[in-house]
Amino acid sequence: MSADIVLSCQGLVKRFGGITATDNVSLQLERGARHALIGPNGAGKTTLINLLTGVLPPTSGRIALLGKDISHLPPHQRVRRGLVRTFQINQLFESLTPLQTLAMAVTQHMGQGGNAWQALGHDPRVAHRCEQLLAQFHLTEVMNQVTQELAYGKRRLLEMAIALACQPSVLLLDEPVAGVPAGEREELLQTVAALPADVSVLLIEHDMDLVFSFAKRMTVLVNGAVLTEGTPAQVAADARVREVYLGQADQHG
Amino acid sequence: MSSAAKSLAALAKPRWWEFALWAVLLCLPFGLPSHALLISEITIIALFAMSLDLILGYSGIVSLGHAAFFGMGAYTAALFAKHINPDPLLGLAVAGAVTAVLGAVCSLSVLRGSDLTRLMVTLGVALLLQELANKLDFITGGADGLQGVVMGPVLGRFEFDLLGQTAAWYALCVTLLVFLLLHQVVQSPFGFSLKTIRDNPLRAQAIGISVHARLMAVYTLAAALAGLAGGLQAQTTGFASLDVFGFDRSADVLLMLVIGGTGWLWGGIIGAVVFKTLHSLISAWTPQYWTFWLGLFLVLLMLLGRERLLRPWTWGRRT
Repeated sequence: MSADIVLSCQGLVKRFGGITATDNVSLQLERGARHALIGPNGAGKTTLINLLTGVLPPTSGRIALLGKDISHLPPHQRVRRGLVRTFQINQLFESLTPLQTLAMAVTQHMGQGGNAWQALGHDPRVAHRCEQLLAQFHLTEVMNQVTQELAYGKRRLLEMAIALACQPSVLLLDEPVAGVPAGEREELLQTVAALPADVSVLLIEHDMDLVFSFAKRMTVLVNGAVLTEGTPAQVAADARVREVYLGQADQHG
Repeated sequence: MSSAAKSLAALAKPRWWEFALWAVLLCLPFGLPSHALLISEITIIALFAMSLDLILGYSGIVSLGHAAFFGMGAYTAALFAKHINPDPLLGLAVAGAVTAVLGAVCSLSVLRGSDLTRLMVTLGVALLLQELANKLDFITGGADGLQGVVMGPVLGRFEFDLLGQTAAWYALCVTLLVFLLLHQVVQSPFGFSLKTIRDNPLRAQAIGISVHARLMAVYTLAAALAGLAGGLQAQTTGFASLDVFGFDRSADVLLMLVIGGTGWLWGGIIGAVVFKTLHSLISAWTPQYWTFWLGLFLVLLMLLGRERLLRPWTWGRRT
């Protein structure tokens, strides 16, 4: 295996009873990759994310992160090793403020999450890192508002900021612009484009404009199996992809 | 100092009124010597409510059986004083330690499942312990209760008196120490990680927090603190009976927390004071119907919310 492959899975299978949701999927992400995972609804994209992050145990197959087998690690330990995700539907801490949320994520990343004696902001590096993140994600002016009162666009940005606070080496973005109104979209697209270059990103997205402007490589998933993989140009030219996916996407409008 | 650093630093700072309130509370046995027994009773319940808040308000674990730990603490303290050593502080430490172990074991039962599962499991554990205490009457005295517990003086100097002054001081000091401990804990990364689990366990896990380890830790801590409350009760009354495990006790403490507010340390204290004060006022006025008025109060509290309940002129308005 090449040294700069950061995340890979081999022969990943997930069966729910008689249904094969993930069918022998193999995938490799290089350092700094901008990789998109596309496929029609029900293609098994979310199941694959859940397998990679450890929310679901695979029926068979192996997952390796930075050269180490993580197939049987619980989700929180995969996060600690640098495999971080965002959620298609915002998963936020509604009663905390963005500042408290990010401070918690940063502190946890520093290995201090179980510290029961010192105050949350005790380490000055925490506030410093939080300020960077708040500025980067345009959240500075709302940092002391309770999360449940934030506008949708800000909530979406916070969703991404939390993931970045964990300093991922691999970031799984699950439909980052889903449901974001047009006015707030630009801010979000900028932050996606500005993700650190050394972070490998796997993007799951229905928005073809975003996919084709962002991704350097693409994997097409159909019925749980990999249909094809290649550069955006190769994928766009593939007749089978047009048939099963892009054709349907056109119908969606 | 940057504004983010300032906002974070402000979290952990105690407010001036907190010092003032504690000063008042600590002076109560002086000011109302004839009510010393009631003061220690309320203080002990407040401590018990605080321990429930740690799991309910901060961590989102609902419980209808928190009296399991209160009762375990009470019997442990009573038995320890009777058979091993009458020193109150030593006995209290043992009661806390034993309940911590019980809490750690029981924590395995609340890691998974819905709120309903947790309500039933916690209720079941309390019932189970109550029946055990009933059956093991050669140790616990069974339905007659454990009598003849004679305590030594606190710190070797302060004898428990009939008026209950020493008891009130003792309970207040222990509760203050626990309050200070929790004040530190809830503003720490550990405390905030509990709030993230309460708000969204899926995301807490996705930022690297071990949800199970945290819940086990906090459940153990809360059990130990409930054990301290139970221990205090047995020591200050010289008695332990089966009702320490009772369902009423678990339900009452939940009520107090709802009255005082969950997720802040004063909630348990205020709830205990309001509940007990209402109890003595209404029972003095109409002894048979106290629960009717308590029920009415609860319904209004839940339907209107705490903010509006205190502002009757807003009741007619739509929200």
